[in-house]
Amino acid sequence: MFAGLSFALAPGEVLVLRGPNGSGKSSLLRLLAGFSAPAAGRLAWAGARVADDLAAHRARLHYVGHSDAVKSLLTVRENLAFAAALGGAGAAGLERALAGFDLQALSDLPARYLSAGQKRRLALARLLLGSRPLWLLDEPGVGLDAANRMRLEQEVAAHRAAGGLAVLATHGDVAVENALQLELAP
Amino acid sequence: MIRAFCALIRRDLRLGLRRGGDSLQPLLFFVLALSLFPLGVGPAPEVLARIGVGVIWVLALLAVMLSLDRLYQADAEDGSLELLVQGVLPLELLALGKCVAHWLTSGLVLVLVSPLLALLMQLPGKAEGVLALALLLGTPTLTLVGSIGAALLIGARRGSVLLALLVLPLYIPVLIFGVSAVEGEVMGLGGRPQLLILGAMLLAALALAPLAAAAALRLALE
Repeated sequence: MFAGLSFALAPGEVLVLRGPNGSGKSSLLRLLAGFSAPAAGRLAWAGARVADDLAAHRARLHYVGHSDAVKSLLTVRENLAFAAALGGAGAAGLERALAGFDLQALSDLPARYLSAGQKRRLALARLLLGSRPLWLLDEPGVGLDAANRMRLEQEVAAHRAAGGLAVLATHGDVAVENALQLELAP
Repeated sequence: MIRAFCALIRRDLRLGLRRGGDSLQPLLFFVLALSLFPLGVGPAPEVLARIGVGVIWVLALLAVMLSLDRLYQADAEDGSLELLVQGVLPLELLALGKCVAHWLTSGLVLVLVSPLLALLMQLPGKAEGVLALALLLGTPTLTLVGSIGAALLIGARRGSVLLALLVLPLYIPVLIFGVSAVEGEVMGLGGRPQLLILGAMLLAALALAPLAAAAALRLALE
């Protein structure tokens, strides 16, 4: 898929992955999330190999992939509350997460009534549950309207300001200032 | 971690309840198929009582297996599996939690309706208790063992047929001891040894199946 790739992120840095469809952006993100293992090479967090303690690695990241992982039979709030309990975040951040992507008005609606963009917002709201240092976002802007794209950009900026890292795959719909760029060839 | 474990079980139960009819289908299949036997082989009490226990157990096996198909598949399809593994729960506990929720909506229900089924199959009165007890010990084993197959077959097309091929052979010990526990009791020999073996199988499955299912889930994520 790709070879000869090397990069390092310091706290507060964001890496934007670019490249045509099929160039391996999603595969790289899944690899960074620890879902798959690199055929060769080394993936490390603060000097320690990620493969040595995958569970700890997964617990320090938020991964938002192509699918929104939204249960259509649960309400918006139930979906988020489950993610919070699962991530060990506690219910305190729930309102803040709902507000972050303007979901309060929808919070008691079963998720099957949400539009694609609203589901995306629900998936992104999980980022705000409990602070985890690494965000891995696979085309997070898909389906979002301008106002919510702006909210996403603000949240990413706030995450950086707090010393967090992020890796985004995007086709340019989400703007991040002073981001490192990685262009993947097909 | 306990909170996350309970949250997972609660979520799966809630999904099961809201799906309503869907989650009751295996049970309906079980009861309907069973009610065909008195029609098929005739209502003679001695014939029914002879085959009754075996029929109940075979159908319980099939009912549990039918409902296992979607155990992980639904989560894998909508991306929830990736969300689940990012939580604080180790994969082993994740698999165990899914199994607990599954058993509560399948096996436990079978246990609760079993006196009715015993009546339907003309089993002697003293068989009811031991049948319920055997099902109580046996059905969690079925769920746990089956969850390994369900985890292995995430993403497989025609998963349910493959699941049957993979899992049914492993169900045979539960079937044999489950039936013989009830028959032993009916014949006055007592079903205690078989029940103890069922219990032992449950403990072994409880310890080993989550490990195996977790390994399969790890593969499924790649």
